[in-house]
Amino acid sequence: MSSTSTTMAGLDQQQPTHAVISLRRAFYWSIRRELWEHRSIYVAPLLVAALTLTGFLIGSGYQIGKVRSAQSLGPMELQAAIDRPYGLAAMFLMGIGFLVSIFYCVEALHGERRDRSILFWKSLPLSDFTVVLSKMMIPLAVVPLITVALTIVAHLSMLLINIAMMLISGMSLSLLWSNLSLVRMWLMMVYHMFALHGLWLAPAYSWMLLASAWARRAPFLWAVLPLIAVGVVEKITFNTTHFRRWMLYRFGGAPGSDAYPGSDHAMHAWANLNVGQILLNPGLWSGLVVAALLLFAAARVRRSRGPI
Amino acid sequence: MALIEARGLHKTFKTTVALDGIDLRVEQGRILGIVGPNGAGKTTMLNAILGLTPCEGQLTVLGLDPWSSRDQLMRDVCFISDVAILPRWLRVSQSLDFVAGVHSRFDRTKAEGFLARTDIKRTSRVRDLSKGMVTQLQLALVMAIDARLLVLDEPTLGLDIVFRQQFYDSLLNDYFDRSRTIIVTTHQVEEIQHVLTDLMFINRGRIVLESSMEEFESRYTEVQVLSEQLSAARALKPIFERHTLGRSILLFDGVDRERLAVLGDIRTPSIADLFVAVMTNQSRTQGATQ
Repeated sequence: MSSTSTTMAGLDQQQPTHAVISLRRAFYWSIRRELWEHRSIYVAPLLVAALTLTGFLIGSGYQIGKVRSAQSLGPMELQAAIDRPYGLAAMFLMGIGFLVSIFYCVEALHGERRDRSILFWKSLPLSDFTVVLSKMMIPLAVVPLITVALTIVAHLSMLLINIAMMLISGMSLSLLWSNLSLVRMWLMMVYHMFALHGLWLAPAYSWMLLASAWARRAPFLWAVLPLIAVGVVEKITFNTTHFRRWMLYRFGGAPGSDAYPGSDHAMHAWANLNVGQILLNPGLWSGLVVAALLLFAAARVRRSRGPI
Repeated sequence: MALIEARGLHKTFKTTVALDGIDLRVEQGRILGIVGPNGAGKTTMLNAILGLTPCEGQLTVLGLDPWSSRDQLMRDVCFISDVAILPRWLRVSQSLDFVAGVHSRFDRTKAEGFLARTDIKRTSRVRDLSKGMVTQLQLALVMAIDARLLVLDEPTLGLDIVFRQQFYDSLLNDYFDRSRTIIVTTHQVEEIQHVLTDLMFINRGRIVLESSMEEFESRYTEVQVLSEQLSAARALKPIFERHTLGRSILLFDGVDRERLAVLGDIRTPSIADLFVAVMTNQSRTQGATQ
């Protein structure tokens, strides 16, 4: 008996040193696993990028004609004729990124219960918090990263097509250089995707993850209906619309979010945008606190959930 | 300290009582078989041990509270709960990558070695594997983890005889050593009888029988009684009596084998025989009290 107890004690002492996987490694594999399961995270943006490029290729002759006629109209029109397709491509990719994030969050903690695989994931030494946080990393970091990277690739391909077309039609390439500021557009994309689509909307993603962990079925309705209900009840009881306005504020307008590329004033607004503005916005920080609380709740709910 | 210690486990689902005061102590190196009818509370008990469900009462597994530290517990505990828990989209190679990535006690070469003996292709997805192959894959993953406790809940459900045989053979020959502990539940009790060191029957959330296999073999005797000896045999108070093909088979608890040998052919009952006897007696006494 004494010999077994000493070996047991020995085992216990070893455990902390060699049995623990670093948190970074656990996150890395958890995020990879999400990409294995939810291939739409990169397939959907890839498809949109491919479609955008095809459209640009087909319409490039038309664009050249437009640029040629815009030369006589004025610098604003010329710039619009050249950079507008680039802005549109970025906007399409951001749109699909947003959709992918929403569908992913609603599905993330529901799918694993539906296919019973939650039991497999729970048989591994990963805490519910690690799992929920790694899922949150998809809309917060992975989708923005993919969107920015694909936008850059799409823009560069468009640029090549543009250069080829202009050389063929004997136009000066300096038209491109003086009217297109791609690097600035990319920097704005980075800001837009990570700060606005990512951090600013973090409470929305956490809320959807919570609904996904909670609902037995129809997690999307669980995510949407309570919000509508709160708005309706507020309107009926107090005849006010604070909640609705707060939701619109959250979804429609973060500070500086009028700077959607592709809108008519895109370049203009981009130039004026101050990145520090959002970091000083208390709405961002209170949103992040709410997001943290909702994620905590989602992890707690996941702990008590099994297959459905 | 015992590997698992439970005192007064209670669990109620809305109106049904799943666990009704379970006391349990499992030492290291044992292979415990838990047998019970459907809805007896077996899975609930295993889920409590694995930290998948909360319950009232005291429960420690490897010195941890499973409900609050499941992730820590899973460094030393493995389970196969049912064949259908591997996600269907997962590739075999991905399953190896992932477990190797997140589990420090996973020995990939060992898993690869086990898979090499099967027809499972690395590039296949779980959805393309047969049910038997999925179990083999799960077994390969689990056996390559240097765990201290392995929990198997109906691991061979729906498998054909060959796979079932292989499953327990691999488990015993390639995996089990005296430092590990295994808990297994199954309805196919005859397959695990020679595997177990301990046996437990549970019914309606309570333990109705608990015994080591040595004790089981020395305590219970089944006698095929000749018809002229029947009244003499009944005088020794058998716990159960059944009739097949015109013979009477009586089951005795704690009666000296030499005394029984004169009454007819004696043998050690199968777990299934004892289980039927215990369950039938229980429902009879319950019927009498109601």
